Amino acid sequence: MAEARPIVSLLVVTAIAAGSAALVTGSWELSKDRIAANQRARLLESLSSVLDPALIGRDLDPVLIDAQDPDLLGSEGPVDVFVPVDGTTPLAVIFASVAPDGYNAPINLLIGISVATGEVTGVRAVFHRETPGLGDQMDIAKSDWILQFDGRSLSNPDITGWAVTQDEGMFDSITGATVTARAVVRAVHDTLRYFERHREEILARAREASLARQGEAPQ
Amino acid sequence: MAASPLTLPPAGDSWAAGLWRDNPALAQLLGLCPLLAVTTSFVNGLLLGLATAAVLLVSSICVSLLRNLLAPALRIPLFVLIVAALVSAVDFLTHALFFDLHEAVGLFIPLIATNCAILAQAETVASRQPVGHSALAAVATGAGFAGVLVVLGALREILGSGTLFAGLDQLFGPAAESLEMSFGLNGALIAILPPGAFFGLALLIALRNAIAARGNRQ
Repeated sequence: MAEARPIVSLLVVTAIAAGSAALVTGSWELSKDRIAANQRARLLESLSSVLDPALIGRDLDPVLIDAQDPDLLGSEGPVDVFVPVDGTTPLAVIFASVAPDGYNAPINLLIGISVATGEVTGVRAVFHRETPGLGDQMDIAKSDWILQFDGRSLSNPDITGWAVTQDEGMFDSITGATVTARAVVRAVHDTLRYFERHREEILARAREASLARQGEAPQ
Repeated sequence: MAASPLTLPPAGDSWAAGLWRDNPALAQLLGLCPLLAVTTSFVNGLLLGLATAAVLLVSSICVSLLRNLLAPALRIPLFVLIVAALVSAVDFLTHALFFDLHEAVGLFIPLIATNCAILAQAETVASRQPVGHSALAAVATGAGFAGVLVVLGALREILGSGTLFAGLDQLFGPAAESLEMSFGLNGALIAILPPGAFFGLALLIALRNAIAARGNRQ
């Protein structure tokens, strides 16, 4: 390899740096809209999986607010609350709650609750690190376990029933992963309790947010 | 970095070297971290294999074109810069085109930048050989690496999940969905857990060594 002169090296380095920057910027410009659209579609898809089937298919662009309660929502920081609205009327609330006591790590859940009835309309685990083959039975792809929360509410069952069967509750456990099952049951129950306590506040903030959004929208 | 003097003869020996004799995964044992982590299924292995091979090819061409302009002291940092830029581009584009798959293996795509197999290829081949030969050697090495990824992915998917080609539609569109085979087995969980990756790779390396040893004896 010939010994390059400093000026040549300088030019080469500059050219490669500029070319690399152009490549990264260009591919980002090319991809970013599609990535954002994909992420949005994925979010709406997972949100609709915990909604009352009667609401699905309607154009329910949810407003996003947040809620903070380390004890009941499982996260030190605020958690997202998605509220599908019809005009400005909240139809459901979807909490991105956390089950802090998963076996390997906290479990991120989506918990849909009907505004009209206060019943759970669906629960999904969106992110977890539970053991494959055991704790991951809560994934809808692996088993129907997570569907047993559908239609449940704070009064159905009452507080003693909100536990897994080993603990004299009425929810099936997961074989080999009782810790996971307990964590999810408790997180769903706590989220229901949170919504009961803060219901009016949450709904009022959702109405406000949807009004604000309508104000922003181009006429 | 592997500083072993890979003096590839400039002839069509590149294929034998890349696919078999100096296979980055089975012989040089380079790039094993992403290899072991993503090969839980055929389709995961295929995506990472294709992404790695693409970066390997383009970076080899760039490095080879620039080989006479680079001062030795600047060579390695510039290789890293070129590879990192290419990897970023591949990361964005696969995220846009294969969103679901990227959610599964996306963590490991940026790690291609740290794949020693690519830097080794740039340093030992591309910076010393003309463009044509560098490109050919890169294709052969990339194919060798991707081949190990898909074979290991397929092996672990069959043993661990009892399926083969599941999720191929994420890469090739809905038509590929029908390619999925199910063997009606529950699968041995260990195959898709990290130990399964080591067992599987060990089997492939042992197999390669056994065949190579037999070839030497004759």
